[in-house]
Amino acid sequence: MKIEGNAICLGPDIDTDLIIAGRYLRTKDHTVWVSHIFEDLDLDLGKRLNGSVIIAGKNFGCGSSREQAAVALKGAGVKAVIAPGFARIFFRNGINIGLPLIECECKCKEGADVICYPETGALLIDGVEFHFEPLSDRILAILKSGGLLQYIKANQ
Amino acid sequence: MTTFSEQVLHAKEGTFVDIAVDKAYVHDGTGLQTLIAWRKLERDAPLFPERLSIIFDHIVPPNTGLTADLQNEVRRFAKSHNISFSECGIGICHQVMAEGRVLPAEVVIGADSHSCTLGALGAFATGVGATDMAAIWATGSIWLKVPHTTGIVLSNSFTGGAEPKDLALSCVELLGMDGGTYRALEFTGDGVEHLNIDDRLTIANLAVETGAKTGIFYPDSMTKKYLSEFGIISDTKLSPPLSYESKIEINLEDIEPVIAYPPRVDDVRPVSSLEGLELDQVFIGTCTNGRYSDLFRLSQILKGKEVRVKTIVVPASRKVLEKASSNGVLDILIKSGCMIGVPGCGPCLGVHMGVLGEGEICLSTANRNFKNRMGIGGDIYLSSVSTAAASALAGRITHPEVNNEN
Ligand code: SF4
Repeated sequence: MKIEGNAICLGPDIDTDLIIAGRYLRTKDHTVWVSHIFEDLDLDLGKRLNGSVIIAGKNFGCGSSREQAAVALKGAGVKAVIAPGFARIFFRNGINIGLPLIECECKCKEGADVICYPETGALLIDGVEFHFEPLSDRILAILKSGGLLQYIKANQ
Repeated sequence: MTTFSEQVLHAKEGTFVDIAVDKAYVHDGTGLQTLIAWRKLERDAPLFPERLSIIFDHIVPPNTGLTADLQNEVRRFAKSHNISFSECGIGICHQVMAEGRVLPAEVVIGADSHSCTLGALGAFATGVGATDMAAIWATGSIWLKVPHTTGIVLSNSFTGGAEPKDLALSCVELLGMDGGTYRALEFTGDGVEHLNIDDRLTIANLAVETGAKTGIFYPDSMTKKYLSEFGIISDTKLSPPLSYESKIEINLEDIEPVIAYPPRVDDVRPVSSLEGLELDQVFIGTCTNGRYSDLFRLSQILKGKEVRVKTIVVPASRKVLEKASSNGVLDILIKSGCMIGVPGCGPCLGVHMGVLGEGEICLSTANRNFKNRMGIGGDIYLSSVSTAAASALAGRITHPEVNNEN
């Protein structure tokens, strides 16, 4: 598995209300979440997400259990999120819908070329190398299936 | 050393387990998303419908035609698969589950982050998202990592107007918004004996604000007595480990009335630091502080007086409302000028009632004060019920021990 994208740098403790506000949750239309993503954080951020890798500070995705946060990120074209740590429900949600989440301490440079190998634990940011604990076999299997539902269907 | 999680999940901390789920529940919001995920699995019926609950609490009654339509889809699904369904107005999912549906040592999973609340009854309870929940509907089980544990050892009892919410907020301050991530918090020590189940539910509720997977109280005589009120006989014996790999000791006498400043739950400061701040709204309720003990506390302070600011009280469940009604508590609240809402989440999620306008300041007994949560441009300060009560009387932030002449 190889993930590539351009870095978008965010701070620590980005909660799921900031990713997608509660007022947009009650719908079946995923595009609503994509079009309002990060609205309360930075109005223009949503437009820059396609093809990006988000590199955030600690505790990304804290707060509400809303899976819409992870769905919105994936829908907006985010390839992966890298952070020193994630809130646990967000972590499960991300993996479950097929959004790679990497726990790694690294230095972010806005727009930098990011290449990441979840199986080996290697991360390159503009050629500078960082290392992380590779994702577990189970998590990799879920990601490769495209998410938990696809994984369950393939293994039933 | 065997922690609660190790005893209940039958595995060492740090290991992964596949475990049967005893009780699983969703609400109107996550229920819809779970149903959408469930349909992708193309199964005929949930594996163990008798273990599932669907409880409508977030937007009750529905505020728009769209909300009503979406709720109807979930309601129809519940009925067609014989899943226990709680209609709008029965209460907040975590509270309804606490009213006789959860037993000590059970594995309880809710599609809501505050499912950790049920750790107050000695269950292993935690929150997940919609896809995880759909998988539980299909398989009856979940994979979990047995969490590492932090012991929070309590001694003595509250003084000086402090109460369980002040302890809960102080724990979030001590640990920070991610100090408990992936961990279980176990509340033990002599101080626990004085805490009734409502108090414990409040404290366990805020465990997730430190990132923790769950907050645990070991079942004891208080738990037994509480469950017996719902006709449940429980003799489950679990006991705390002799030592913890990480531990925080808290003397409850040192806890003082506090307030969490927006937009962070861990930005906790003494009430005195903010005394006098003019308020636009006071909100008492939610899965943190909408229980009978809370409404009783509130009534003791409001009795014979009138609030000076719009004050919304939302009981956490119909059972809470009934008890408040039959014990005269409700009457006091109505006479003092409180608006009483339909049992449920009320203004907590900022979408259908009690929404804040630009620049408005609300003192709330909820558990989150994130930016724009109760309305765009509004600021949410979090406090205990007694602080909220004293502040409602004064129309500005007030220490709970100040006697308002009103
Ligand atoms: S009361 Fe608030 S925090 Fe509790 S479940 Fe409802 S919306 Fe969530």
